[in-house]
Amino acid sequence: MSLGYNTLVVLAGCALLGLACGTVGAFALLRGRALMADAVGHAALPGVVLAAMIVATLGGNPRALPPLLAGALVAGVLGVLAVQALTRGGRIREDAAIAIVLSSFYALGVALLSHVQTMPQAAQAGLGKFILGQAAAMRAEDALWAGGIAAFCVLICLLLFQRLRAACFDPDYARVMGLSVARTDLALLGLIVIVAVAGLQAVGLVLVVALLILPAATARLLTHRLPVLLLVSALLGALAGALGAAASAFEPEWPTGAAVVLAGAIFFTLALLLAPERGLLPEAWRRAHRRIAATESHFLRAAWEAQEAAGAGPGTAGDRWTPIAALAAARGWTEAYASRLALWLALRGLVARADREIHLTPRGAAAARRAVRAHRAVELHLLGLGATDIAGADRLADLVEHGLPADMATRLLAEPSSLPASPHALGSGAFSSQADTLGDSENATTQNSNAFSSQADTLGGSENATRQNFSVRPLRGREADRD
Amino acid sequence: MSQSTTTPAPLAITHLTVAYGDKTVLWDITWQAVPGLTAIVGPNGAGKSTLLRAALGLIPSIAGEARFFGRSLDEVRNRVGYLPQRASVDWDFPATALDVVCMSRYPRMRWWGRVPKAEREAARGALDQVGLADLADRQIGRLSGGQQQRVFLARALAQDADLYLMDEPFAAVDAATEQAIIAVLRRVVAAGRSVIAVHHDLSTVPSYFDQVLLLNGRAVAAGAVKSAFTPDAIARAYGGRLNVLEQAVAEGGLQ
Repeated sequence: MSLGYNTLVVLAGCALLGLACGTVGAFALLRGRALMADAVGHAALPGVVLAAMIVATLGGNPRALPPLLAGALVAGVLGVLAVQALTRGGRIREDAAIAIVLSSFYALGVALLSHVQTMPQAAQAGLGKFILGQAAAMRAEDALWAGGIAAFCVLICLLLFQRLRAACFDPDYARVMGLSVARTDLALLGLIVIVAVAGLQAVGLVLVVALLILPAATARLLTHRLPVLLLVSALLGALAGALGAAASAFEPEWPTGAAVVLAGAIFFTLALLLAPERGLLPEAWRRAHRRIAATESHFLRAAWEAQEAAGAGPGTAGDRWTPIAALAAARGWTEAYASRLALWLALRGLVARADREIHLTPRGAAAARRAVRAHRAVELHLLGLGATDIAGADRLADLVEHGLPADMATRLLAEPSSLPASPHALGSGAFSSQADTLGDSENATTQNSNAFSSQADTLGGSENATRQNFSVRPLRGREADRD
Repeated sequence: MSQSTTTPAPLAITHLTVAYGDKTVLWDITWQAVPGLTAIVGPNGAGKSTLLRAALGLIPSIAGEARFFGRSLDEVRNRVGYLPQRASVDWDFPATALDVVCMSRYPRMRWWGRVPKAEREAARGALDQVGLADLADRQIGRLSGGQQQRVFLARALAQDADLYLMDEPFAAVDAATEQAIIAVLRRVVAAGRSVIAVHHDLSTVPSYFDQVLLLNGRAVAAGAVKSAFTPDAIARAYGGRLNVLEQAVAEGGLQ
């Protein structure tokens, strides 16, 4: 099927309806009126059927659109009034009132529809399209109507923009300032009824609420600015309308309403997953990124502190290699996990790896120094405040140091300055300082081979013993220039 | 209360009675606010917020009336500012701090088109007064609680009113924000305007406020803090539950 004149008419009509629904829907969503649109849509059915019966009885053409839409409009307004009457006095909450009105009116409509089928003149012909939408039945005249309605709704929304914004954000405050929130609400309700009724033919009364809410909800995921939200919502509504109509044109068996709503739901799902700030995937990505960065800095800090405990420093003559197992023990990781981290950091060029040992590259050493600095800045700050004891300071610093901006770290710990000593023994816990026992027996050394010793450099013994028994040993020349 | 007869009170409430359903919250409140900085104090459920909201016509009252500057609210709306509780709105709303403050200028604008430059500048000035000029374009959901409270304060200030009714302006803010807010309120009062604030921290009443209304369904005591804010009156308002706080009040009163 080519894009003939009729198809173009239908596309344009649905796009314009989508535009109007998107614009009005944005305010409906912000004012918490989403379900009201649903009530209007469902309440319209008995109006449509009654109008068709009356027209048929009077001998008119029961398929003519204007009387049917007039019937829908009247019934929709009656539905809104019924909801308001039920909620007045606080006996029934609004959500319950909407459910009652929506289902009762719809049931009445269905009952009338089955009655109409027994009437002569086939008055019921084509009424089914109002339930699920049949845009293909749209004529050029209908598209013109849709265009007129869209223009009207957009115009009213722009005229009332400030009033609507004030009423949606803080109705009480708007009332105190003397803005008539009741009148603004009435205007919004009127717009909802108009677009819901206008959308009946294209989308159908069951799904018209989706065309109001989906574009607005999608736009809300994408922006924080109300004017931008309105624009995005209107454009998405138009796009969903056009896509749905196109799908229904190529596959006439498809109800247009379902196609339009599916298009809108796809946009919403994409935005929910991918919206840069509020999307699920970017958020998961940011969270994973933060976690990896935190783990990285823990690893680097452990590597730095292992060197420190051994009395050596990265980049100094005493630069040493550190067994991965020792780092794992210091952080309470399994060695396999620490090895994977080492591999990852090696890929990033922050550590050099050889034979289950690692060594900080110059870049890695710089990053490690930053991590140590941030950690100690927080620790010393907390201890200075007297907020916690030493072990608590260590744990708290582990949690917050990663979010510490560079300027904050500088404020806590003036730069340039040498790194302050760690407030707690670096051997504490897994960095157990049993080095004094190490020289005693070969057996003891192997048991403690993954423990750093803060006394390693003071220990007597041969260079050979140090290399074999201690966790750190001198840097081998050939890796020295590796980065 | 020495009230000059020529200038009517900023807020005069007579026989105000308010009920939610079957539960009467305020009983026959008659109270005249004096120009200056006034605290409304009372236990939870005493009807403090209800008093403000009923006076402003936001909730219906069974009996009584509130008059502002001797007139009905409708006649003097431009002279009355309001700061609602922070939790009363959705802070995820798509708006910037400046957008929110601009809302206070809506009654001065024609109601279509953009916010005129003069009004925007007035709103920026109000944000500047509360120390938020740099955050004018930030989405309100990304402000801290204290900053959100100051946005509300800026919005009230931008109304340029003669009487401000504030519902818990110090609720859930840090000490620094509380000091910043009270400094702003003192400036407002020094400029000859009046502030009536619902307040929940008894210990700061003597240092922050000139006048007080102690409320517990009924008006328990009212007047200058020095004379009306007595341990006895507080005990009557709180039903004797607050022995701990008498100490704080006594200390505060000495200052």
